[in-house]
Amino acid sequence: MEYRIEAEELNVYFGESHILKDISIKMPTNEVTALIGPSGCGKSTFIRSINRMNDLIPSFRKNGTVLLDGDDVYDPKMDVVDLRMRVGMVFQKPNPFPKSIFDNVAYGLGIQGITDKEVLRERVEQSLRGAALWDEVKDKLENSALGLSGGQQQRLCIARTIAVEPEVILMDEPCSALDPISTTKIEDLIHKLKNEYTIIIVTHNMQQATRVSKNTAFFLNGEIVESGLTEKIFIEPEDNRTEDYITGRFG
Amino acid sequence: MHRIIPPRNAQSIMNVVFWVSGIITLILLLVIIGYILINGLPVLTPEFLLSSPLNAGRAGGIFPMIVSTFYVTFIAVIVAAPLGVLSAIYLAEYSGQSRIVRAIRFGTQTLASIPSIVFGLFGMAFFVVFLHFGFCVLSGGLTLALMALPTILSTSEISLQAVPQSYREGSLAIGATKWQTVYKVVLPAAMPGIITGIILGMARAIEETAAILYTVGSATQIPISVFDPARPLPLHLYYLATEGLSMPNAYGTAAVLVIIILVITITTNYLVDRYIKKMMGR
Repeated sequence: MEYRIEAEELNVYFGESHILKDISIKMPTNEVTALIGPSGCGKSTFIRSINRMNDLIPSFRKNGTVLLDGDDVYDPKMDVVDLRMRVGMVFQKPNPFPKSIFDNVAYGLGIQGITDKEVLRERVEQSLRGAALWDEVKDKLENSALGLSGGQQQRLCIARTIAVEPEVILMDEPCSALDPISTTKIEDLIHKLKNEYTIIIVTHNMQQATRVSKNTAFFLNGEIVESGLTEKIFIEPEDNRTEDYITGRFG
Repeated sequence: MHRIIPPRNAQSIMNVVFWVSGIITLILLLVIIGYILINGLPVLTPEFLLSSPLNAGRAGGIFPMIVSTFYVTFIAVIVAAPLGVLSAIYLAEYSGQSRIVRAIRFGTQTLASIPSIVFGLFGMAFFVVFLHFGFCVLSGGLTLALMALPTILSTSEISLQAVPQSYREGSLAIGATKWQTVYKVVLPAAMPGIITGIILGMARAIEETAAILYTVGSATQIPISVFDPARPLPLHLYYLATEGLSMPNAYGTAAVLVIIILVITITTNYLVDRYIKKMMGR
């Protein structure tokens, strides 16, 4: 399928406030799509609509559709648990569980009912290698994940996410709490991961968007002002507001 | 405004005030424990610990009382701990902010502040008389469970609420159900606090006298069945002292109580501390 995620006329409300307005966007399979825009413009709310994390907020309402491989994620027949296994998420602040490094990565596998020690060991190693963390932690898999550095913790969270082999990885400003070296490592990782996963990354860092993404969408006040190929958005944006934002005149 | 005391001096004065308050508390604790141990330890022979009382406690030992204490406390904890922890999970993770939740919380706080003698009276009316359990280990244990319940519940609820929301989100986002999230992530993270709450509740049950006065009987034999009457240590101490049977034996009994509480508190603190260190990777 050409587009893994498609949103059509998506409107999201929290109580009375209208957070997302008529969002329509298609995100190509196995590419990176960057979402940029000032704080509070709805980027995070949008990606949380894809894996239905907004369901946790009692006042959440929406209309319009979000499709994953052509299936409506809000269809009553869609199992949220199954959806979240297909659409993984990496958060702004690294949030490993207060468990061992091994147990963090094995967590999602345990949830899926995998108990075979050998299989677990193999998948944990494979995921840690996939997240470029294996060499740093292979000798201390039983240590607590909270003893790792911030950058390592974030790569561990990526390993935890890819361990369950999702189709899509949502990243909500994954580098905003990290130093430049850790950020570079995560960006390299994103380049590698896009071969197998469709990645949607929220970022406040313009350079990061140009470095990692094929497509970019510019959000402003809950609307998508402009979306398309990243180079086009950054080199010759169609809308003045996009140009103002990427050149740093506001935001 | 004119300052009466310059900030730097105020700082030094308050440092001294805090330090002195801390030291006074510590000294009070040491004096009480020391006084009990100095008077009680000479009585504590193996024979005193391992034999039954003779002549209403004027002579002999306190072995049945030690057994009774552990017996009623055990019953109190196996009833109150699951009930308290499960209610806390409901309140912290599932309930939201409905009217019934506020009612439960209010009920818990009220329960915690009811005098223990009132619990004793209720225990007698309900367990001993109404349910026909009679004066026995079960009636006493259940009454103590009621007393320990609010402590366990509120401490557990606070520990669960203190678990960062990001853990829950991380777990749900990976496809875990709510229950899996609670069971595999939130509960282990809150466990040190929950254990501390259970131990606080347990200590309350071990030390309690008034609540068992009307419910557990006063038999000096070793209780076997839960329907046997018994005489836990605090109650024995009460009889020895108020009826003037034997002050040395009263101090001996008090020393045993103090030692039991100290051992339990210190071991749990140590174990909880180790668990936290392992969990946090320090």
